[in-house]
Amino acid sequence: MLSIYRKEINAFFSSLIGYIAIVVFLVITGLIVWVFPDTNVLDYGYASLESLFFVAPWVYLFLIPAITMRSFAEEISNGTIEMLTTKPLREIDIILGKYFAALTLVFFSLLPTLIYYIAIYQLGAPKGNLDSGAIWGSYIGLLFLGSAFVSIGLFASSITSNQIVSFVLAAFLCFFFHWSFDFLSGLELFYAKIDDLIEAIGINAHYISISRGVVDTRDLVYFISFTAIFILLTKTVLESRKWK
Amino acid sequence: MSVKVEHLTKLYGAQRAVDDISFEVRTGEVLGFLGPNGAGKSTTMKMVTCFVPQSSGKATVCGFDTMNNPMEVRRKIGYLPESNPLYYDMYVREYLEFIGLVHKLSNIGKRIDEMVDMTGLTRERHKKIGQLSKGYKQRVGIAQAMLHNPDVLILDEPTSGLDPNQLVEIRSLIKNLGKEKTVILSTHIMQEVQAMCDRVIIINKGKLVADDTPEHLQQRTAGETIVRVEFKETPELKLLSAISGVKTVKKEKDNQWLVYSQPGKDPREEIFRFAADKGLTLLTLNKEHSSLENVFQELTNK
Repeated sequence: MLSIYRKEINAFFSSLIGYIAIVVFLVITGLIVWVFPDTNVLDYGYASLESLFFVAPWVYLFLIPAITMRSFAEEISNGTIEMLTTKPLREIDIILGKYFAALTLVFFSLLPTLIYYIAIYQLGAPKGNLDSGAIWGSYIGLLFLGSAFVSIGLFASSITSNQIVSFVLAAFLCFFFHWSFDFLSGLELFYAKIDDLIEAIGINAHYISISRGVVDTRDLVYFISFTAIFILLTKTVLESRKWK
Repeated sequence: MSVKVEHLTKLYGAQRAVDDISFEVRTGEVLGFLGPNGAGKSTTMKMVTCFVPQSSGKATVCGFDTMNNPMEVRRKIGYLPESNPLYYDMYVREYLEFIGLVHKLSNIGKRIDEMVDMTGLTRERHKKIGQLSKGYKQRVGIAQAMLHNPDVLILDEPTSGLDPNQLVEIRSLIKNLGKEKTVILSTHIMQEVQAMCDRVIIINKGKLVADDTPEHLQQRTAGETIVRVEFKETPELKLLSAISGVKTVKKEKDNQWLVYSQPGKDPREEIFRFAADKGLTLLTLNKEHSSLENVFQELTNK
């Protein structure tokens, strides 16, 4: 697993992929938090990072599928998957190596935004007057959301040799699992009956729940099982070539 | 037996890509896999390396079953796939380091130096794989297959894309390796089989049609002898064909003929006497080896 992890990390940072992903994330969130008149913190007047945590899932919706789209699709189209799977590596080693590498990239994109936190901490009146609990919760929530999106992205990449198909499918699945259950729960069919349940299937409800600053075990279990399910699906897809 | 294949069959839909193939390879043996395109050579290799599962039959490598014990098999095998897949944006050394890590080698650096030296990559070792020419990429492929010093080497067309000098080097490298390891290689080139292989297996349409040493296979061409003759003068074709023991005569160039003997006869003596009788100047009288190509065509055109 470690050998694959190292290879993937090297691939991210020896090409433009890693830097582009990080820079794009920072530019978009930076513009939203500090520059755009409708959303910037300075005009808003309250010391909070809500705009960051609102926009970050939307940026990740496109960025994470872009990071993960090549992970298996490229190996399949180049034939290097044949080289990898005839080495003493288990499928799960290959998947987890790629999963942790992509998650590391997500982590590195998030890391510089701590400067936003420090800046707003300083700007608060009085200094430090902001809901730190909610902010740390939101960071944890974003990492879990990143983990869920990465696992979706790996799955989408494993079922095709075409990177564009992989990207579009991953972005769609991320959107579907993140937001659509929120909207679906508003349907008259579910409303006031099982709308809570429908909402709880989606990622967003759990992300918002963690963002409040309370790390609930239910949300943790949700995110961990969500990621595990997509990783197992990916494993099944990779193993399916061995079916007779 | 380091590699043992028993009744191996692979079905793709209704098509029998590999049909009931059995063979064994001992340690210290180089086995050549021959067959026309699509005969099932690569598929057989993919089954032995645990990349695709067989439909029925059994393959074992160093006593480990490919279906039940794939991890052990993969550790024992060095495999060069036909398409030689590589990561083009990695550097040669970086790639070999990655392969070394995958195999959890302890002395990676030293081993890479050895392999780079052995495969003649020294001058190219700091380049990106994508920048290398086809022959050098092939060497990287061979280097990665041999990096962990495997007991069994499975090389799918190892010499494709190499220039004549590289061919000689890589062939002697493989032949040397074959002394202590088990090597299975596939090729289209007959000279290669003669140069490297201790044994040849010919596959046609998924079926095994021959399993023998190259020498024995050569003798299979109905026992006829082919002699190349060149005269300074131009004798009549009719007279040549009339020499006793000669079956047919083919004109090659102006004064050159290929004389095919009747089975079991060597017509050289008669040709010499014929030339002496007629006062012709004999320039060439050379026994041609009935080539493996002929055997190959005979066996695979059925």
